[in-house]
Amino acid sequence: MTAIDTATTTPTIPAVKASGVGKTFPTKGGDVVALTGVELEVAAGEFVSLIGPSGCGKSTLLRLIADLDEASTGILEIFGKPARKARLDQDYGIAFQQSGLLPWRSVGANIALPLELHGVSAADRSARVSELAELVGLTDFVDRYPDQLSGGMQQRVAIARALAEHPRLLLMDEPFGALDEMTREYLQSELARIAAETGAAVVFVTHSIPEAVFLSDRVVVMSPRPGRITDVIETGLGTNRAEALRESPEYFAKVTEVREALHGAPVERANER
Amino acid sequence: MRRWTAVAWGAAGILAVAVAWELYKFLGPADGFVVGAIAGETGSGVMLLPRTHDRAMPHLWDMVARLFESTSGGDTPPLIVSVASAALLTLGIAAVGWLIGVAVGMLLGLAMQRWRLVEWGLLPWIVVSQTVPLIAFAPVVNVIGNQIDRGGFPWPQWVSVAVIASYLAFFPVAIGALKGLGSPDRIHLDLMRSYAAGYRSTLLRLRLPAAVPYLLPALRLAAANAVVGAVVAEVSIGMRGGIGRMLIQLAGQGSSDPAAPWGPTFGSIALGLVAAGSVALVGLGLRRYRRGEATA
Repeated sequence: MTAIDTATTTPTIPAVKASGVGKTFPTKGGDVVALTGVELEVAAGEFVSLIGPSGCGKSTLLRLIADLDEASTGILEIFGKPARKARLDQDYGIAFQQSGLLPWRSVGANIALPLELHGVSAADRSARVSELAELVGLTDFVDRYPDQLSGGMQQRVAIARALAEHPRLLLMDEPFGALDEMTREYLQSELARIAAETGAAVVFVTHSIPEAVFLSDRVVVMSPRPGRITDVIETGLGTNRAEALRESPEYFAKVTEVREALHGAPVERANER
Repeated sequence: MRRWTAVAWGAAGILAVAVAWELYKFLGPADGFVVGAIAGETGSGVMLLPRTHDRAMPHLWDMVARLFESTSGGDTPPLIVSVASAALLTLGIAAVGWLIGVAVGMLLGLAMQRWRLVEWGLLPWIVVSQTVPLIAFAPVVNVIGNQIDRGGFPWPQWVSVAVIASYLAFFPVAIGALKGLGSPDRIHLDLMRSYAAGYRSTLLRLRLPAAVPYLLPALRLAAANAVVGAVVAEVSIGMRGGIGRMLIQLAGQGSSDPAAPWGPTFGSIALGLVAAGSVALVGLGLRRYRRGEATA
């Protein structure tokens, strides 16, 4: 537990530190370089989005951080420890594009799954579940089953589950990608609030420019063949992510900046969303 | 309401069979209709329509009435009582065979799911095992059982029957378990990995619950197979007291007592229904594992 202690007493240790990280997948037609030369630092409590076209390795990078895959080259440290150790220590919570809820478990039991797996007592579990259900606004739905919920609600359950063990790092792989625009914007605001309340660092994979800008402190722009980081943009939008921000000029300016970084050239119609 | 409709349809189905039987018996030729028969040679030619006389097709009411007459004359109990006790014996043996089959099938499914190599090595043999005819295989089990019995370890004949029944019962369970345990999505497996859950927790919390929708039909198939296996095994190793033996015995007297073999026939139908129905009860308790996840 010394690692955790050092991390909490010295907040300068970054949540994620990648140096020279690369990933190569061997295939029949030769090796495919999914990711190369990634240098990235995510500070504790910072919200960082990874954005780029498909095939740019943004999901791969997230999977490496989560230790769902192993990096082929480079050093990847989560709170100063190797990714594998961080996973075993449950330093992060994760959510995917699909909610991945277990259909035979009620909402409450789904949220409690990680707690159950790590031997948290029944009383503590139910206390934490009601806390989390309130945080994501699903208090009345704890006893429902996933097939009785809308897609947006399922995704909120998945976020609650990812937060169950007070992770200091939240990994999200296009969590709102399958939702309609209105639900999406609503959940973005919710996530901004939750991230601020919990103080967790977030690595957020998306292919939506407005989403990345609205949520993040920094937007990491990536490019395919081979997957790599081409640009990092500070949004500088502060901590208040209210709905009004979506219509502010600074927000539009940042959206344009990210779009230009993505396309590699100034875009004529800057106001187009 | 829907339940009553289902019951009504079921009853209508049985009634339709009964009506068809009596209708054909009434309309069809008594000695059947045979094409290309050679005069004076019995059994020659091709029979297009079966015989309808009382020895070949007894009336349904005769079959039912026969159930309440004594089994084999004298003061033997009514046929229905003999059929019921024989069916119960066979049901018990089939249940033991089912349990053995389910246990073996689950173990095979677990091993094959866990180790690819085991799947590659074992699966073809499991499929081939089901092509061995039961009547060829049953006497072998019986001989081995007798040898074990003589060697000092008690091995009554019914154990051989149960083992043969399990030989048919394990197959659907092994296949269903393999398919079901491998059914969780990638995302669920990733999630369990992110929780640093080991094989055991992943099995208990994810793989087994996910396998339930695959296992329930497999268990029901196994139950039907166990009954068929037990009946055939009784006949082929000559065990007394069960419904299989009774079927053969009464069928042998069919020409003098044509309604009698229908008693054990009905008995074995009831047996199959009871066996499959008991498994359906298991499914009732596991209903929540059959929920589908609505896609977002």
